[in-house]
Amino acid sequence: MTIEPRTLRAAREGLRAKRFSSLELTRHILQRISQVNPRLNAYLTVNEEEALQQAAAADAALARGEESPVLGVPIAIKDVLSTRNLRTTAGSRILESYVPAWDATCVARLRTAGAVFVGKTNTDEFAMGSSTENSGYGVTHNPWDLARVPGGSSGGSAAAVAAGLCCAALGTDTGGSVRQPAALCGITGIKNTYGRVSRYGLIAYGSSLDSVGVLARDAHDIALLEGVISGHDPHDSTSVREPVQDYEHNLTGDLHGLRVGVPREYFLEGMQAAVGQAVQQAIEQLHHMGAIISEISLPSTQVALPVYYLIATAEASANLARFDGVRYGLRVPGADLVDTYRRTRGAGFGSEVKRRIMLGTYALSAGYYDAYYIRAQKVRTLIKQEFERAFAEVDVIATPTSPTTAFRIGERVDDPIQMYLADVFTLPCNLAGICGISVPCGFDAAGLPIGLQLLGRAFDEATVLRVADAYQRQTDWLTREPGIS
Amino acid sequence: MPQLTVEEVDHIALLARLNLSDEEKARYAHQLSAILDYAAQLASIDVEQIPPTATVLSAHNVMRPVDEAGCSISREDALRNAPRTDGASFEVQATFTDTD
Repeated sequence: MTIEPRTLRAAREGLRAKRFSSLELTRHILQRISQVNPRLNAYLTVNEEEALQQAAAADAALARGEESPVLGVPIAIKDVLSTRNLRTTAGSRILESYVPAWDATCVARLRTAGAVFVGKTNTDEFAMGSSTENSGYGVTHNPWDLARVPGGSSGGSAAAVAAGLCCAALGTDTGGSVRQPAALCGITGIKNTYGRVSRYGLIAYGSSLDSVGVLARDAHDIALLEGVISGHDPHDSTSVREPVQDYEHNLTGDLHGLRVGVPREYFLEGMQAAVGQAVQQAIEQLHHMGAIISEISLPSTQVALPVYYLIATAEASANLARFDGVRYGLRVPGADLVDTYRRTRGAGFGSEVKRRIMLGTYALSAGYYDAYYIRAQKVRTLIKQEFERAFAEVDVIATPTSPTTAFRIGERVDDPIQMYLADVFTLPCNLAGICGISVPCGFDAAGLPIGLQLLGRAFDEATVLRVADAYQRQTDWLTREPGIS
Repeated sequence: MPQLTVEEVDHIALLARLNLSDEEKARYAHQLSAILDYAAQLASIDVEQIPPTATVLSAHNVMRPVDEAGCSISREDALRNAPRTDGASFEVQATFTDTD
């Protein structure tokens, strides 16, 4: 018996056709994890016992004829998403032994649909980072080159999907944390419109920017998962009642008449030449498939980075105030209560988290609030308006996902601004609250994957998924694999 | 370029309830200055007539349709991750002292 499903769909078809059971598939994935994960560090927690129980339950459900897109399929979950009775660290030492009493809503929906949770994946601490180097539990290695980062912050989920250590994974994206690691690991990843998927149970970083996303091999798999996790949730007042589109039904493969905008500000002087070329070729391909390509301008692109780092860190400084050693997590006793807070947080948080809390606290402090925080929110309005104007003329916007392919571990850790530039093309989408997807579109000379980013209107995931899927039907980038075994 | 002093970093660290080592204070003084310098480019943008965006959503207040009691987590679940409890409450040091 061979169990090598490359996609969630192949896993599902194999299960339906009884070529293998969910128990066999889950054991196979767990076996691969024990073999490969010591070199990748993609998983922080392997959920073997519960996964086998879920698989057995899924086999029983399949035998009864029950159906769902994820029934019996091994899925990985980023460790910033709460999982009931399963350790959730957010990549931080301050939550080393934290075991949630409830599921995040996206996790609960997958659980109800019969998914098998094989484990929790590594992330930059509290999702703050672009490389997973900020994890309190060591860096994740890129399956294409173990000396390089997988991107971040959902680097563990991206590496796990790329290396075949799960059929798909949940991630989160505050400034590019699904799309950028998807690009650097040669897989597909979607950032949902703000409000599309409930944030309940997502350990908060920047609450006006955080969104739940999916990483999978291709857009078709993502469409299936999105149908399960999307929709209104009374537990999250920022989740909306907008009806969920029928994503799979919309995958027509047809791009005739589709208007694609290419913003000139997303092709920078200093970016890696191979990235620009691959993305231009991908845009050519969309043109050959019937799309109408036009150049557009998003002039505020270059100021999105400072806007993001002021708003996200301000929100983070407030969100992370809850980690005070009282209700959960680490406590380092001090002389009095304030001293206990300070010692606990000083010892429990890593250096990037402390840096961002400091920056955010500064931006919100008396005397600087207007000059930094409010000004950043006003420029955010300009960025949002530019996207709204652009989407009056085009249906999707095509850009590179990241200005470079995967960089070397350690290369940028001492230079925060260089590290932040890894997200320069992804974070305007979060500021505007729209949706976006990264799809593989080529390789550089070193054999490292390149990502094409497709941005769509708010609540129009169906269109970006349709374009991504159509492109993937016509290209064979996904046939190349990192070959780690 | 605005250069944060170690004293300013100390003050922010107190506001943020963070203990920092001397090495961290020196490093953050340097790195935060560089980031704030980078952010200074926002000062040149004309935002006089532009309202700030705090959320991209149009809904600002979301009320529950009916105000009725629902279920919440048990005391046992609420306490299970706490570093110190007496079995019924979280245990913390005194917030106020006699002199307050």
